[in-house]
Amino acid sequence: MSDSFEPQIIAFCCKYCAYAAADLAGSMRLSYPSNVKITQIPCTGRVDIVHLLRAFENGADGVYVAGCMEGDCHFVSGNLKARKRVEYVKKTLAELGIEPERVEMYNLSSAMGPRFAEIANEMTARIKKLGPSPLNTKKAA
Amino acid sequence: MIVADRKSLNEILDMVKSYSKILVVGCKGCVTVCNVGGLKEVQVLAASLKIGRKKDGQPIEVDEKILERQCDPEYVEQLKDIVDNYDAVISMACGVGPQFLSEAYPNQKFFPAVNTTFYGGAVSHGIWEERCAGCGTCIIHYFDGLCPIARCSKSLLNGPCGGSDKGKCEISKEVDCIWDKIVRKKIAQGRLADLLHITPAKDWRTARDGGPRKAKREELIQNG
Repeated sequence: MSDSFEPQIIAFCCKYCAYAAADLAGSMRLSYPSNVKITQIPCTGRVDIVHLLRAFENGADGVYVAGCMEGDCHFVSGNLKARKRVEYVKKTLAELGIEPERVEMYNLSSAMGPRFAEIANEMTARIKKLGPSPLNTKKAA
Repeated sequence: MIVADRKSLNEILDMVKSYSKILVVGCKGCVTVCNVGGLKEVQVLAASLKIGRKKDGQPIEVDEKILERQCDPEYVEQLKDIVDNYDAVISMACGVGPQFLSEAYPNQKFFPAVNTTFYGGAVSHGIWEERCAGCGTCIIHYFDGLCPIARCSKSLLNGPCGGSDKGKCEISKEVDCIWDKIVRKKIAQGRLADLLHITPAKDWRTARDGGPRKAKREELIQNG
């Protein structure tokens, strides 16, 4: 694996927790990899299977959804629904011969700025280890 | 409604492996309600196929379309201006859809993306169960609204059989014995004596045994 590989990672972050935690991480001057591109969503329940798949289709090497702690969703169960959708996408990726670890679900609260940075680091390290998405390495025949 | 299951991605990818531009057509009827072939499922299948093919270095162009129903010629006709723009078409409707499409557009190639499984309903969100076998002669009124044709593994008309065990069928602990339910309901309603009547053998000619079926309503048929 080349050390120069810088993965493109998309993070779908709930505005009530993960996005606020990202803000907090910034206020705390905590650094996290610039590989992570954040998309704010009103609730992780808004994330659909097709959003996750299209992120991969359009070149993401890794995708994760970060929602509130289980039991603390502002919309009761959005984060639980998101987890099931992430599981579905894991199965889809595996069926297509792509590492299911490229997609993940995380839970954190708005007070967990350091945890946000930790997740960003963890996911970046994981994807660097896996290497570029197979969609980005194959050239059209 | 008609309930279906999507085929595996590998089976669908194999069907279209020699094509580079395809159309995925969904249906807003039963398969939308059972979350197998509606707009969302069309989008998911299209994205999955594009990912699978891109990964293999053979990108595929996939367009998405959804029809009100694929079992009515007036809706099938809505594809006429675009159907020839593709190497092949995948239908996400029940088994009726790809057949109606094939009949309407004999020069195009159509593939089914789903396995059509049964007539049933959603017993809770995400779980569907069989309720009707389409036998052509409904008899559920004799059994208090519980169909032994569709819901007994042996379609027994005089049950239960010896395979009924604590309310479950011997084929699986997951399958209820419908005859257990019928007997309990008769007892609860004080009408157990109804079951002293022996139901005669069923005339299966109205079911598939009589060959392919057709329905005609003279008052609706338009001339020309």
